[in-house]
Amino acid sequence: MQFGIFTVGDVTPDPTDGRTPGEHERIKAMVTLALKAEEVGLDVFATGEHHNPPFVPSSPTTMLGYVAARTERLVLSTSTTLITTNDPVKIAEDYAMLQHLADGRVDLMMGRGNTGPVYPWFGQDIRQGIPLAVENYALLHKLWRTEVVDWEGRFRTPLQGFTSTPRPLDGVPPFVWHGSIRSPEIAEQAAYYGDGFFHNNIFWPKEHTKKMVDLYRQRYAHYGHGTPEQAIVGLGGQVFMRHNSQDAVREFRPYFDNAPVYGHGPSLEEFTEQTPLTVGSPQQVIERTLSFRDSVGDYQRQLFLMDHAGLPLKTVLEQLDILGEEVVPVLRKEFARLRPAGVPETAPPHPATTRKETP
Amino acid sequence: MRLVAVSAGLSSPSSTRLLADRLTASAAGKLPDGTGVEVVELRGLALDIAKHLVTGFPPPALGDALDAVADADGLIAVTPVFNASYSGLFKSFFDLVDPDALTGTPVLLAATGGTARHSLVLEHALRPLFAHLRAPTVPTAVYAASEDWGSPGRDGGGATGDLAARIDRAAGELAALMAARPARGTAAPGGGTGGNGLPDVVPFEQQLARLGG
Repeated sequence: MQFGIFTVGDVTPDPTDGRTPGEHERIKAMVTLALKAEEVGLDVFATGEHHNPPFVPSSPTTMLGYVAARTERLVLSTSTTLITTNDPVKIAEDYAMLQHLADGRVDLMMGRGNTGPVYPWFGQDIRQGIPLAVENYALLHKLWRTEVVDWEGRFRTPLQGFTSTPRPLDGVPPFVWHGSIRSPEIAEQAAYYGDGFFHNNIFWPKEHTKKMVDLYRQRYAHYGHGTPEQAIVGLGGQVFMRHNSQDAVREFRPYFDNAPVYGHGPSLEEFTEQTPLTVGSPQQVIERTLSFRDSVGDYQRQLFLMDHAGLPLKTVLEQLDILGEEVVPVLRKEFARLRPAGVPETAPPHPATTRKETP
Repeated sequence: MRLVAVSAGLSSPSSTRLLADRLTASAAGKLPDGTGVEVVELRGLALDIAKHLVTGFPPPALGDALDAVADADGLIAVTPVFNASYSGLFKSFFDLVDPDALTGTPVLLAATGGTARHSLVLEHALRPLFAHLRAPTVPTAVYAASEDWGSPGRDGGGATGDLAARIDRAAGELAALMAARPARGTAAPGGGTGGNGLPDVVPFEQQLARLGG
């Protein structure tokens, strides 16, 4: 199983002192967190992609390329790559290039994005979100697998005799996850291709997550990629830890109460009961995370959202220390012990990452 | 069959709830024995409704109420009139109902107000809302102004002036529409993965095929 962090890349004021980091500071902080993730033994760093304030990461491969140069082992990923508004040709090129630079330590997660105006800003129509995701990914999939592509679709100018360069490293395209919270069509898409399905469950009750993952597993088997249990599943998580759980609650509460997504709504106690958010001791986080397995089965990737709601970098780095030193080692052992034979431990790694040396 | 009434009254006792109860009792009397009847009182769900608007998912009690509405074979929707339209609480609740959940569900519209001058709220606000949700509304919508609660009984108010007669007619229309419609769960959902509690899905080849050509 792989453990990592994913970041939205929001610039949010710290509600405890009103301080807002600048864009430069926030971008550098994201990189610092990625490097820290490798240092504390996590496996994955994933960045969001956004094209509007208050978010900074509009150019994920630039950031991930920089992180790739400064890490050895970390898998670089996205959360998510906008398959609707990006040109699939450019995604094919950018991520193949990144894959070469990172010696195969790259995968990516497709998403549609949820900000209405981004679609027209990029010449698209949000009402076509699902068809765009379907057609654009079909093209991306083909560009990475077919040398010379002739192609015609509804949303993009046709291609005659086009070769996307560079070709995927060693002819093996990056592994792809499809992220969706409530669209069965996307679970179906992931199942059809035998790709991974990531349910970003952090703001949702577990019954909902279970339904979406069950659907994906059932359809994965339907399309002949393996048993439902062998489908490749990823989940999100959201935690804040201190050794004394009351300290965690006290420190996190102002960030929760003012958080851009759910602030000024339910209480911290209600939200922790109804969603995966866990605020407490490392042991509580371990127990809660293991419980995800009870509703979705054995899964392959767990990403935590740690740098959000205006938490200062220093605090987030402390959180990563606790996550890497006290939580993930136990989770690794427990998930491995519980996982039946025949269920993949991780999504298929790129062959280049399993070789001892890289050129 | 299941009959569900949604009442958006805020006071206790509430004339909106009173009207909902009268309509529900009248309709239940015209429906087959064993018809399930439930009244959803929105006042107790007001905070849950606000939380759902903020977070995107319902707390458990509101989730149950939304499920009840989605699973109903017939719906009675009753709101007080606030500032020339349905109340914000009433609209917020129906904003949280899945846009497809009420497709084909017969709905009886009703409202209460201090004066009969606002009775067209039923026609200019409620009926378009349920038309948008593709729910057939019964022709008789019932408006109860304060004065209606003191109006003469069944035979004294004339054809349209008598609240009890309007309740009776509207409830009869609702019961007839409900009876004419296949009960929930008898029609199989189309294609995909229907049944087994999982979301319906359009098989991927069909999703791809829709793009071609």
